[in-house]
Amino acid sequence: MTNNFVTNYNGMSMSTLVALNDADFEQEVLKNPKITLVDFWADWCTPCHMLTPILEEVASEYGDKIKIAKLNVDENAQTPPVYNIMSLPTVILFKEGKPLKTFIGVQGKEEFKKAIDETLGS
Amino acid sequence: MKPSEVNFSYESDNANMDTIYDVIIIGSGPAGLTAALYTTRAALKTLVIAGVKWGGQLMLTTLVENYPGFADGIMGPELMTAMRKQAEHHGAEVINTNFKSADFTSSPAEAGSLHASGQAGLAKPLEITTEDGKVYKSKTIIIATGADTKWLDVPGEKEKIGRGVASCAPCDAAFYKGKRVIVVGGGDSAMEEASVLTKFAQHVWVVHRRDSLKASDIMQKRSFENPKITFIWNSGITEVMGEGKVEQVLLKSNIKNQIAKIQIKDQNEDKEITPEELGGKSLETKDQQLSWQFPIDGIFVAIGHLPNSTLFKGIETDEKGFIKIHDHTKTNLDRVYVAGDVHDNEYKQAVTAAGFGCMAALEVEKYLRVQSETS
Repeated sequence: MTNNFVTNYNGMSMSTLVALNDADFEQEVLKNPKITLVDFWADWCTPCHMLTPILEEVASEYGDKIKIAKLNVDENAQTPPVYNIMSLPTVILFKEGKPLKTFIGVQGKEEFKKAIDETLGS
Repeated sequence: MKPSEVNFSYESDNANMDTIYDVIIIGSGPAGLTAALYTTRAALKTLVIAGVKWGGQLMLTTLVENYPGFADGIMGPELMTAMRKQAEHHGAEVINTNFKSADFTSSPAEAGSLHASGQAGLAKPLEITTEDGKVYKSKTIIIATGADTKWLDVPGEKEKIGRGVASCAPCDAAFYKGKRVIVVGGGDSAMEEASVLTKFAQHVWVVHRRDSLKASDIMQKRSFENPKITFIWNSGITEVMGEGKVEQVLLKSNIKNQIAKIQIKDQNEDKEITPEELGGKSLETKDQQLSWQFPIDGIFVAIGHLPNSTLFKGIETDEKGFIKIHDHTKTNLDRVYVAGDVHDNEYKQAVTAAGFGCMAALEVEKYLRVQSETS
């Protein structure tokens, strides 16, 4: 349907978050010494789109201290099963290649910050 | 429209802690956003505390066919985004922050007495705390926090939420391609979940504690006629089993005449069969109930919702947690109004929630007008 304000808001999927794929997952996440949050998402998943601006805010607050990346599960079939992804969005916090914490479903900024701060401090 | 075409970005923290709002609306489903539309159009300074999962239950649905005005239906997320834009267009401030707490135990009692003496213009503002620790002040409040998934509350369930136990088929169905899935429930939501799942799953079994559905006739008919859906009547899940994921469930089914068979409806036909004929395994018969085990990959829970009322101190609820209403939209406290699924255990529709939101907004407007006239 044509709907003015909806069409006006198209093209918002521009994201400041790093897009990952199966091929670079090892290099970008597993071999990355920094804390890395990986957001497993898909285009058809409404809550995933709600999570994006939250993660973008977290990313801007921490700057270079951490990395936040997204992996599209429709385009990358190998990585999600490794981490038993059965629900979207799922965000996994990695440190030195190890999955330390899993967030299932949309969470507030504070939840991510708490986990990041705990991991940074440890 | 696809979810990717909806704009979910927002301006953060545009709300002001120094402002005394005319009304703060907690919640951003059809009730909250309709309330905001009406209060802003009445020139009331309005803040909506939308939550990180803003938009309410319709954000987790696909096609909504029973919201008036859309001949071909409308996607739930699209409808909610439109409602939000409409409220914002008229001046509502909407923040995507979670509500944390509101303690009405002291101030509204004062407000009540002030109201009686007609001096509520002097009443202390009500305070609302959000998850980021900010405190917002308002002359009135509309609680429109809705309701969240009610889980089965059986052993093995909680730790497998997101790992085989789910509540949103449009979100998670794609992970169940070629898999065996149970939907628990008998209402429209359960039928919608089952229908979405049939597009991916090998087969869907609807487990329901009765032998008939509460779902609307049209949804029942579609589900009964769907060859990929089988109904298991008079049954409930008693345990979820599996290592790190869902592998089996234990069920209890009421039996008739001591015969260890379960009642099902398959291909639109009622039958009695053994669990073995369904691919399960009988374990025990006791007190007219058959315990049995069933291999399954996923469980979608759609047995209803629990009202989000526990964070409000001083607000009366019934034994199930639904906020008690007085004069349609009022809580037990002056200046605190309520709308939608957090009080409505009867209709629970998007359109009724929107209606309740409108009613609460009109009452807020009336209250503030009377106060300004008498102060």
